[in-house]
Amino acid sequence: MPRLYPAFKYTVIALWACFVAGPFMWAATTSFKDANAVQGGATYLPWLQYEPTATGWRNIFGGSGGVDVLGPFLNSALVTVAASAISLVLGSLAAYGLSRFRYRAGFVKNSDIVFFFVSQRIMPPVVLVVPFFYLLQVAGLLDTVPGLVIVTVALLLPIAVWVMVDFFNGIPREIDEMAMLDGCNPLTAFTRAILPNSLPGLTVAAMFCAVFGWNDFFFAFRLTFTEIQTLPQAIVALNSSIPPWWTLSAAALFGISPLVLLAIWVERYLSKGNLSGAIR
Amino acid sequence: MDIPRRYKSMFVLPGLITLVLIIIFPLLFTIRVSFSSWNVSSPQMDFVGVANYVTMLSDGRFWAGTLRLVLLAGGTVLIQYVLGFGLALLVWRNVLGRRLWRVLFLVPMMTTPVVMAAIWQTIFHESLGPVNDLLGRLGLEPVRWLTEAGPAVVALMTVEVWQWTPFMFLLMLAGLLSLPKEPFMAAAIDGAGAWRTFREVTFPLMAPVSVSAVIIRLIEASKLSDTVYVLTSGGPGSATESPGYYLYIRALKEQQTGYGGSLSLTYLILMIVTLTVVAALLARALKVKGDS
Repeated sequence: MPRLYPAFKYTVIALWACFVAGPFMWAATTSFKDANAVQGGATYLPWLQYEPTATGWRNIFGGSGGVDVLGPFLNSALVTVAASAISLVLGSLAAYGLSRFRYRAGFVKNSDIVFFFVSQRIMPPVVLVVPFFYLLQVAGLLDTVPGLVIVTVALLLPIAVWVMVDFFNGIPREIDEMAMLDGCNPLTAFTRAILPNSLPGLTVAAMFCAVFGWNDFFFAFRLTFTEIQTLPQAIVALNSSIPPWWTLSAAALFGISPLVLLAIWVERYLSKGNLSGAIR
Repeated sequence: MDIPRRYKSMFVLPGLITLVLIIIFPLLFTIRVSFSSWNVSSPQMDFVGVANYVTMLSDGRFWAGTLRLVLLAGGTVLIQYVLGFGLALLVWRNVLGRRLWRVLFLVPMMTTPVVMAAIWQTIFHESLGPVNDLLGRLGLEPVRWLTEAGPAVVALMTVEVWQWTPFMFLLMLAGLLSLPKEPFMAAAIDGAGAWRTFREVTFPLMAPVSVSAVIIRLIEASKLSDTVYVLTSGGPGSATESPGYYLYIRALKEQQTGYGGSLSLTYLILMIVTLTVVAALLARALKVKGDS
């Protein structure tokens, strides 16, 4: 058995790697096809099985009869960055308070407040989206970036609090106490002594915020229409018309590329052991 | 430490107030509207008592969707847990190309679910997709992946497993990397084999991480609807319809806001109750101290 184990191990790893990579390979190969190549049935190898063209890629970067992905890309980036930044600031402030001080309001204790924050993840977007629609309409924020940022904060703030509370719990209290002996008040102790030591935690929180912010579809789908479109929305709209697979594939690869780069970065943190303290 | 009150509130209140403002008003609106007959032809906040809730009781499509979600979420999360934990164990220690595998195994959770669902739709395409092409090469009959009930469920589960096993993998690997070394040395000195080490050391040590990872995934999986929308639109018939997607049809497409409101609240309460019970049961089964 011990001698068979490596063979088993690498077989499983290889199989899973193929499964994971499969859809990306398929999208990559499809993005270089034209109508004939797609209609001819499934083929995989450019030049050998079909003649590659760059039509799909030209279509998403302003080719005639194509779609605009750069505008939606900017909107997505703007919403993701703004909502993540707000969530990180509010989330780490709250998380630091909840990790260091004792709050009490009636029967509500610290753990209940943490639970309240984190439990908001349970809320299905579909439950909130109708009231959001009317609220944003009243505020004149429907179909605008600020409107979308506000509702996205509701998705991301719980994640930021969840990651940061555990992270701050792992930072020794002596650091705060030293800072306060040096004449800091709680706020400056936080900004001068704690935040500079919190980069790993903030990175993990930012990563989760970026993933869930960038990938959100439903709110953008129901709360923005013509003025503002996010990338997932634009790509799905491409799919609901009669899909030119090559354009869809190119747009999909373009849309997921920023976060795929993020995976490389996350792995570096994981290998350095920085994630373990921040997750759990 | 004696901290002045104003400092304490300075930290927590901004976040708390923001979240309450964003969430509470919509929730109150939903509660109120669920007792009204608000729909597309007469958008009004009247009061019809529990009429919507009575209608809901006999709404077979909603209940069937709820039952389907329980099976789908339970099934896919279990598969994700086994695969994610297994893969994390495989690339945890000495393995060639460790970092490459780790990055690759993380990638799907970073990709946009709706966008990948659109790609999966082409993969499962009956005549032009690669899945049936490969089946054909193996001499098997093509499967109507997205137009036949059974295969459509399999396709949906495949997509969910592909997308979210990486999340489980991430949490489990982070957990494994933070385990202390001593218990493993002790096991090695005792001459415990791989299986016994896993059963008596690794698994018990990983129990707290396991419980929170499974709960987090169950919470996210119970919201299933975007992938359904793009991959199958709930079809064929309503074979892959989840409550989230059904709600979307009723509340948004047909604009039955009042009825949609009552469905929303019921769905939310069912989810909270079920997940709380599951969390408690899991924690007890694995002897993890209560820690939400």
